[in-house]
Amino acid sequence: MKPSRLTDCGNWVLDRFPLTKFWNEHMAHYYAPKNFNFFYFFGSLALLVLVIQIVTGILLTMNYKPDAKLAFDSVEYIMRDVPWGWLVRYMHSTGASAFFIVIYLHMFRGLIYGSFKHPRELIWIFGMLLFVALMAEAFMGYLLPWGQMSYWGAQVIISLFSAIPVIGDELSLWIRGDYVVADATLNRFFAFHVIAVPLVLIMLVFMHIIALHEVGSNNPDGVEIKESKDPWGHPVDGIPFHPYYTVKDIVGVAVFFLFFATVIFYMPEMGGYFLEHANFIPADPMKTPEHIAPVWYFTPFYSILRAIPDKFAGVIAMGGSIVVLFLLPWLDRCKVKSIRYRGGIFKKALLLFVISFIGLGYLGTQPVTPVATIFARLFTAIYFGFFMLMPIYTRWEKTKPVPKSLTKIHSLEEQLHTLEEQLPALLDEITELKPVDTEIGHPAFKSSFFTRRPNPEGMINVINRLAKKLKESLD
Amino acid sequence: MNNEGVDKSKRQFLTTALTVVGAVGTGYIAVPFLAQMQPSVKAMAAGAPVEVDISKMEPGQLLRVAWRGKPVWILNRTPEVLATLKTLDSELRDPLSDESEQPPSSKNPVRSIKPEIFVAVGLCTHLGCSPTFRPEIAPNDLGNKWNGGFFCPCHGSWFDLAGRVYRGVPAPTNLVIPPYRYVTDTQLIIGEPSEEKTA
Repeated sequence: MKPSRLTDCGNWVLDRFPLTKFWNEHMAHYYAPKNFNFFYFFGSLALLVLVIQIVTGILLTMNYKPDAKLAFDSVEYIMRDVPWGWLVRYMHSTGASAFFIVIYLHMFRGLIYGSFKHPRELIWIFGMLLFVALMAEAFMGYLLPWGQMSYWGAQVIISLFSAIPVIGDELSLWIRGDYVVADATLNRFFAFHVIAVPLVLIMLVFMHIIALHEVGSNNPDGVEIKESKDPWGHPVDGIPFHPYYTVKDIVGVAVFFLFFATVIFYMPEMGGYFLEHANFIPADPMKTPEHIAPVWYFTPFYSILRAIPDKFAGVIAMGGSIVVLFLLPWLDRCKVKSIRYRGGIFKKALLLFVISFIGLGYLGTQPVTPVATIFARLFTAIYFGFFMLMPIYTRWEKTKPVPKSLTKIHSLEEQLHTLEEQLPALLDEITELKPVDTEIGHPAFKSSFFTRRPNPEGMINVINRLAKKLKESLD
Repeated sequence: MNNEGVDKSKRQFLTTALTVVGAVGTGYIAVPFLAQMQPSVKAMAAGAPVEVDISKMEPGQLLRVAWRGKPVWILNRTPEVLATLKTLDSELRDPLSDESEQPPSSKNPVRSIKPEIFVAVGLCTHLGCSPTFRPEIAPNDLGNKWNGGFFCPCHGSWFDLAGRVYRGVPAPTNLVIPPYRYVTDTQLIIGEPSEEKTA
């Protein structure tokens, strides 16, 4: 059969551009572990949110004015007078919060399954750089509507730099471009938010994925799938990313959009958490709002800053709480990756860490009171304790044996076989045999008639054993 | 590639020389690129002094004016307030303002030229929020120890009504006092230093 015109055109391109090679390397022939679970949706969802933010962001710049006199009104103009402007703006503002929800879950996944450990340290570092760039992007974007929270939030965050000895004051002046947050600040934040940081983000995403595809994905069991390969050289525990995971991720995308649309259409301000109430008042350099708090995704770090009664130490602690995350691959000394096979001490430490992180996040949204300060200090201590003590407690860990591979050969037959062996013994244990009184009184018959009766003692033994096994598997 | 007969040291020298020249060039172009983010001439010039008429101020009243884009407070303090200020020294971090920023004419316990009229830049020395004016004594939310003062809602710093910072709060120093002088008894100029030396 003669190839069609279309195929000819396609081949013409492929001879000159390695599209097929790229597709195969990163999609069709990229083998990912077959046991990805719920937590593995968030990488691709983060990519989706990035695309949403870029597209809606471009649309917003078409009507937004980066000028201290015009900015607030231009946002209201987008909301009221631009066709579908409200939708685009709410998608962008909700997208910012969605980005952090997705990223925090993505990072938590890495933490519990040890995705930051050897040989994936660099993926974690790129990921952390992405997190920092994302925080910068979100912070600068939040100034643009030029509301009260925008203004005073920027004032506080830029002043953080003034705590640095010697160069601090000059540095914060250089960042602001004026003696207070002013038109110059707004204008340069617009430039950073719209072009500089997004470029950095895209570059880092690219490096994050390239580094990931070089070493291969981790999985909920922390098994290195490249270590057991089939005769064709494919990992036994791997499946091609496309179509298996592209299809799975589409389900994740559909569920994500369900939540995303609910927020956009029914609760775009999310009770003041996604868009703060004070930000509907234009920026007033003369008056700070009564209660000022950053947007929810910064509150854990903000709480740490507030918990420390010294300016420089507070700023150091806040910076340190992010820096310490970078060091995670070297703080955790346990060889076992996945929480499924790690010791109880790590699970308990992680639980405390999660409680203190959420606690700090909650406290950061609340006004300062003496009780809240005590709790914030306690949680800050736990936050740092989790990381700083990690080299010690991860050494004591009693880990469980990690399987070599996810696939057991002839696993079903083996299991049936062991079941066949164990069943009679189990039956004997939970029942007892009693001789039956027969009408035939001859001693020769006596021993051959028995009846099975349930044995309460044996049953208790079996249940005890089961409970012990369950406890061991949880530890 | 045939490397025979190649003078490698010459090649190394050329590579190093080019790297150095390139680095110097990058350094030179970095200066204007970074410096253009400094405050512009216009921003630096916009610091003109502000005139304030205080003839109509009631005792206990707080007036807010803008100077260099910053809020400046003018507070008319009552004799009771001035009496309370004297009792607070033990609770303050820098009661005599040795480590704080103020013109010499305001470096005294009440931090002002005339004791009744207090002038300060209304920005917290911690991270630059504008503290709220809370003259009442022992309100519910701030507790029994509150003697009236300025409370920073951002990070909970406490200042008394002379802008002096309490111990155990994040702010490191007392509120900044701008240079100001009296033209007449009821006319202030903020942004020009006073010739009087009361300190």
